[in-house]
Amino acid sequence: MREIALHILDIMQNSVAAGAGRIGVSVTAGNDTGMITAVIDDDGCGMDERTLQEVTDPFTTSRTTRKVGLGIPLLRSSCMRSGGNFSITSQKGHGTKVTASFGKDHIDRPVLGDLAGVVADMSASFPKIDIRLELISGEECFTYSSAEAARILGEVPLSEPAVIEWLKEYISEGIKHIFGGVLDEIAG
Amino acid sequence: MKSLAELEQIRQRTLDQIKMRTNKDGIRIVVGMATCGIAAGARPVMNKLVEEIGKRKLGDVSVSMTGCIGVCKLEPIVEVINADGTKVTYVKMTPEKASRVIAEHIVNGRVCQDLTITAAEEAEK
Ligand SMILES: Nc1ncnc2c1ncn2[C@@H]1O[C@H](COP(=O)(O)OP(=O)(O)OP(=O)(O)O)[C@@H](O)[C@H]1O
Ligand SMILES: [Mg+2]
Repeated sequence: MREIALHILDIMQNSVAAGAGRIGVSVTAGNDTGMITAVIDDDGCGMDERTLQEVTDPFTTSRTTRKVGLGIPLLRSSCMRSGGNFSITSQKGHGTKVTASFGKDHIDRPVLGDLAGVVADMSASFPKIDIRLELISGEECFTYSSAEAARILGEVPLSEPAVIEWLKEYISEGIKHIFGGVLDEIAG
Repeated sequence: MKSLAELEQIRQRTLDQIKMRTNKDGIRIVVGMATCGIAAGARPVMNKLVEEIGKRKLGDVSVSMTGCIGVCKLEPIVEVINADGTKVTYVKMTPEKASRVIAEHIVNGRVCQDLTITAAEEAEK
């Protein structure tokens, strides 16, 4: 996958499948650390220790239509290829946390991609889940919560096209503000 | 900088439009978004669907994502669930094919037979 946003979307789908009521996405990047770190955590069903040990092995999946899971191994190899790291922690019945880092200026790092579109569309497609986003660089921080947006919108659904459009612009602005001049692909 | 409070204005603006919509059960379009769907280009397909629907102001058509629909080698997969509940499954989608589905199936009610899973399975034989 060519974009970090697509990996994040993919990992978020695991959280949806795990029955999460809340999915948090946090992206931190800094010129000081030279890394981009994405953390995706959820309050879904979690995994027992054995499953957890097996998930970075591409032959583990709980899906029934195919024998191997691809999402986690793909993300892991992308991190490793770009001078980063990958880890996953989980507690059965409580939730799961995936931490993926990339060397910010590494030649093999995937670009951030359309994170605003991913978060806005996930909010619209799964209105019962609180989709949260946190962007951090240095002292600067941007936060978003789909549950908060839904509260303001009242009877207007998150899936309303005008709402999705606005959310995309809102989050894009946040990304520019936090990561402009920090990530090469985002103008400062 | 925008603030989330601006959604209040969108709420007021859209509320009237929503009330005016007579046909509440429109067409639902669902895009498969598991790993193989994403890797095969499901996001650009979804973006194209949303863009075409916006351009043509099709108020009663919704587009959303779902997890795995099933057959990896046929991704990206798009399901169109008609107002009467019948379902058409389109496979190996591209943004260009997405435009066709909107123009022919959604607007004119003519299913793009050659893009369906049935056609793909026939071709396999
Ligand atoms: N957030 C999560 N909560 C609970 N279980 C998870 C979570 N993420 C992954 N898993 C478990 O790990 C397995 C492997 O995940 P992975 O994303 O690699 O493959 P998959 O989702 O099964 O299939 P694919 O991603 O290829 O569509 C899953 O099938 C699931 O059992
Ligand atoms: Mg997965």
